[in-house]
Amino acid sequence: MKTGTLILTVAAQTLVPLQILFSLFLLLRGHDEPGGGFIAGLVVAGAFALHQFVNGPQATRRLLRVDPRDCIGIGLLLGVGSAFPAWWQGEPFLTAQWWDVMGLKLSTPLIFDIGVYLVVLGSVLTAVITLTEVDKDET
Amino acid sequence: MQIAVLTGFVLAILVPFLSRWCGSRTGMVLALYPAAVALWLVSLAPAVLQSGGIYFEQAWAPSLGLSLSFWLDGLSLLFGLLISGIGTLIILYASGYLHGHPQIARFYVLILSFMSSMLGVVMADGLMTLFVFWELTSITSYMLIGFNHEDAAARKSALQGLLVTFTGGLALLSGLILLNVVGGSWSLQTLLDDGEALREHALYLPMLLCLLGGAFTKSAQFPFHFWLPNAMAAPTPVSAYLHSATMVKAGIYLMARLQPGLGGTEVWMTLLCIVGAITMVVGAFLAIRFTGIKKVLAYSTVMALGTLTMLLGIGGEAAMIAFVSFLTAHSLYKGALFMVAGALDHETGTKDIDEMGGLRRAMPVTALCAFVAALSLGGVIPLFGFVAKELMFEAVLDAPRFTGFLIGMSLLASVLVVAAAGIVALRPFFGALKTTPKTPHEAPLSMLAGPCVLAGLSLLLGFMPWLAGDGLLSAAASAVAGSEVVTDLYLWHGINTALMMSMFSLCIGLLVCWRWPDVRGVIHRFSPVLDRGPEAGYWKLMDLLVRVSEWQTRLLQSGYMRNYLILTLLSFVGLTGYTLLARHGPVLEFELDVRLQEVVVALVTAASAVVACMMRSRLAAVAAAGVMGFGIALIFLLFSAPDLAITQLLIETLTVILLILVLFRMPQFSSLSTPMERVRDMLVAVGTGVLMTLLILTILGQGHLFTSISEYMIDNSEPLGHGHNIVNVILVDFRALDTLGEIFVLSLAAIGVLAMLRLQAKEKKAP
Repeated sequence: MKTGTLILTVAAQTLVPLQILFSLFLLLRGHDEPGGGFIAGLVVAGAFALHQFVNGPQATRRLLRVDPRDCIGIGLLLGVGSAFPAWWQGEPFLTAQWWDVMGLKLSTPLIFDIGVYLVVLGSVLTAVITLTEVDKDET
Repeated sequence: MQIAVLTGFVLAILVPFLSRWCGSRTGMVLALYPAAVALWLVSLAPAVLQSGGIYFEQAWAPSLGLSLSFWLDGLSLLFGLLISGIGTLIILYASGYLHGHPQIARFYVLILSFMSSMLGVVMADGLMTLFVFWELTSITSYMLIGFNHEDAAARKSALQGLLVTFTGGLALLSGLILLNVVGGSWSLQTLLDDGEALREHALYLPMLLCLLGGAFTKSAQFPFHFWLPNAMAAPTPVSAYLHSATMVKAGIYLMARLQPGLGGTEVWMTLLCIVGAITMVVGAFLAIRFTGIKKVLAYSTVMALGTLTMLLGIGGEAAMIAFVSFLTAHSLYKGALFMVAGALDHETGTKDIDEMGGLRRAMPVTALCAFVAALSLGGVIPLFGFVAKELMFEAVLDAPRFTGFLIGMSLLASVLVVAAAGIVALRPFFGALKTTPKTPHEAPLSMLAGPCVLAGLSLLLGFMPWLAGDGLLSAAASAVAGSEVVTDLYLWHGINTALMMSMFSLCIGLLVCWRWPDVRGVIHRFSPVLDRGPEAGYWKLMDLLVRVSEWQTRLLQSGYMRNYLILTLLSFVGLTGYTLLARHGPVLEFELDVRLQEVVVALVTAASAVVACMMRSRLAAVAAAGVMGFGIALIFLLFSAPDLAITQLLIETLTVILLILVLFRMPQFSSLSTPMERVRDMLVAVGTGVLMTLLILTILGQGHLFTSISEYMIDNSEPLGHGHNIVNVILVDFRALDTLGEIFVLSLAAIGVLAMLRLQAKEKKAP
């Protein structure tokens, strides 16, 4: 696939970091305002997809540092893991737990949401990157 | 209690890191876990023996009445001790047996997971808890049998074991659900307390058959016995642990557990006695037919499992005491013998008894262990096996029904077992020294510890059976019998019928062992008949299964997207449409109260859908479909559902990206369908659209078709979920389990895409 037309390259340089930041913003505010892990995951996946169109899959892999497949795994672990703190308290599986750490509202739903975020990111990127790489192999 | 059970799984996760730190000492470190469990069980023993049991419950899904609950009584304690005690020795043994094996970490992961699952089975109180752990043992057993996964035979055997036990598992699940329906509880303890009601219920027979189906397949009862000897493809530590001492006894455990509630009826006695007795004889007979040392041991395990089933069928105090004693004795000597077999295989390089001989000089300790354990297997005084065998004979002599049949069968089986014991313990070690593939020498210490300890225990308990008998075994026997049983074990019962039967079987058995090659020659003449056993039936069934699936795949899986789509949509329209028309009647009233912007958006959306269908180029069609999606997102926004709108927008964007990536790989758009097909497609599409419209109108029009739950969500989002965004609170808190399921589906889809594309790319490269 052809990469890097001028307009796309310039736009991506500004847009990708902004999109990543915005996705984190969406993720963290999700519990009270529109947003949340799923949406934020889609936004950040869009950011990396854009980066990939400009710079090619190799560069995106480097930017991401971890394999998108590992993202899926870590996300699932976080999702399942967030179910267990309730156990410790002797409450039914997956009951939400809330902790107040220095004025911050921390909770198992937040961990769960981060898990969703990573799974969405990993899944979409696995598909996108694989599709591009296979294309490259063939040509 | 849950910590004891679940630690194994956590440790299993940590094994890869542990093995990096500890290197070859990993085995010793990991053996601490079962050892700790064993100590913990011993420390709980006095409390259990006094109070009759310890209970633990952890709520899981209280709204469904499901919980993770454990119950530790005499029977669980006995099994738990066997599992953890022998487990400790097995892990040590494996660290010697698999020393330097590149996959040894994987082995530890599996064996620890298995150990935890097995502990879960024997301590479970909740029916679903029991079932989950039960299936976990099947899965781990599958992976352990197929441990040498590059060997086609091992894979085949593993699959066979899995299919047989899983089929049984399905039966068990039905049985457990029936048990819940009949007894009205998920707790075994509550259910078994009210055995009368269970036994007299109209569903007793189907329930019993389902439960026994699970137990019989797991414990390799005739005619399902064939998978167990094949499972010997596993490394020997696995055979010693799973396929003799623990997993195959899960079925026995289940029957023993259910005995106070479901046992004692006509059907129960008939089924268990007959099946048990047949299994016993078939196992013992097949044991002397083969020359592979592990096969001989495997079939003698089948024999022991049959004996245990038969004893449960006989019922009554004497049989229960015999049951727990035989169970313990068998685990001790069979564990030891398997470890000896592994040592022989490891040090000589062959598994065939015919190729071994005169090894007593090269491997004196192994020989001694084998000798002691085999004496116990053969039931020779003064080993614990003798005590168990005497008790077994006494129970059989007192059997209330089929007495003659059972006496005959058990006598025959014990003759053959004595022969098998002789074959395993005498032939490899005595006689002229034969050349083996490897030069034999004594096994390393880690591999001797296991058999020495177990054989030593057989001997110790033989002289002092009251050590186990007074506390542990009587508690276990009481749990099985459902009432207080006092076991009074002693070595010498005096000269009575049981002793006579013992002596008789010993003499004839040794004779058979001496003339073994001739006996095998005689049996060999019948092998065409023997080869037509249940296993042949299994393979026939497998062939049939493959053929049927090929046929139905050809029928259903045309590989054309349009066919799948039409089939899916038509069945949706048919089923939902029928329900709508027949049950509710469609409602067609609505008020046309729309704003201008809504009309505009709706028109644009509809127009882009039409355009998408007419387009001659793929890219244009994708773009048009995208416009349609954005239109829907706008509608969401107009009705103030920002979360939905954002999601819809993002999904649309990503869909377009993905589609464009895929489009490059597709051939040019061309019109291949005939006008008739186009009409058909249009009809299906219009039908679906009409149905959806009707559905929405009906739901909105009647208003009370379903009670709305959104009120509850809105009211409780803030106080219970600590969040103002209701959609998010529902996703990550109220309905978190659904979301968890969804992210798993999403991951699977991604893995599917990956596998499909990669495989295709590989296939293209390969030729």
